[in-house]
Amino acid sequence: MTDTTLSTQESIFTSTARDWSSDMTTFKGVPWGKAMMWIFLLSDTFIFTCFLVGYMVMRMTVTQAWPVASEVFALTVWGVSVPLLLIAIMTFILITSSGTMAMAVNMGYQRRKWAVFWLMFATALLGASFVGMQCFEWYKLISEGVRPWHNPMGAPQFGSIFFMVTGFHGLHVSVGVAYLLIVATRVVRGKYDHTNFEIVEITGLYWHFVDLVWVFIFAFFYLW
Amino acid sequence: MATEGQQHPIKIYFLIWLLLFVFSFFSYLVDYLDLQGNLRWFLIVVFMLLKAGFIVAIFMHMKWERFALIFGILTPPLALVVLMFLMAIESDYAWSTRVVYMGEDPAPKPELPEHMSHKEHGEEIDH
Repeated sequence: MTDTTLSTQESIFTSTARDWSSDMTTFKGVPWGKAMMWIFLLSDTFIFTCFLVGYMVMRMTVTQAWPVASEVFALTVWGVSVPLLLIAIMTFILITSSGTMAMAVNMGYQRRKWAVFWLMFATALLGASFVGMQCFEWYKLISEGVRPWHNPMGAPQFGSIFFMVTGFHGLHVSVGVAYLLIVATRVVRGKYDHTNFEIVEITGLYWHFVDLVWVFIFAFFYLW
Repeated sequence: MATEGQQHPIKIYFLIWLLLFVFSFFSYLVDYLDLQGNLRWFLIVVFMLLKAGFIVAIFMHMKWERFALIFGILTPPLALVVLMFLMAIESDYAWSTRVVYMGEDPAPKPELPEHMSHKEHGEEIDH
């Protein structure tokens, strides 16, 4: 069946119905690894959204005071308390890492292996520094007495949801750093020379997803 | 079957990168300027959706994928939107029963971090 050429003549709905009912590969022109990564990310979307909906339910039903995020996560720099400073730095670091990852994907399709390696290495380094800052944030909150079952500033649910959501996201970043380093090394060792370097794009999908989840956590957990 | 990669001019990545920085800066500004109420809620959600949309569409190349993939990945999360609305209705009800039948304070004052101490330990253990 001629697949990609037909799509210009028919509507997107006709082409989608044809793709899904073709009794062949559904996602035509998409490497299977990329389709699988998208399906994995879809399942991860459900996990993170269930966490965030759980957070919403706690926040809406709680009758004790909820801590003010911009005060809890403030940092004192040269004697001035700046609200949410650490979180803002972490957000910018993650966006920067998303940018270097997008560059790495672009270099991959140009088959510039060392450029891919260094860009992915930079992405991993930024990711690792993000995890480091998150460790500092956990340390700060734990030393202030916040526990998954207790919170000296009011609602104890704050402690449990904070450690669960940021912990799960931090785990994703840590796994992503390892994944990036493995793929980057394999790229320069020539393991993907027979392919179109779509592995870099697949790794990129995972990394951008981690950034995407942070966008929602930043909005709902830190800014709300 | 064509396994063409997603190759696009670098310019668009830089543009989106810049936009993400700008939107993040604005959403941080919402907190820094201490905007409150519906305006805060609105701005936070708008900047969040703009950032999420640009990441998915450009960085994750969804804009250039075949509709079969876009449809397969982006429609299932609509179920999550339904879940969110159902849980919001339920939470509102649960909160009102706590206030009406258990005599809980409907507007508790949050304490400042300076007041944090472990002397009120006995109070929090009841949950």
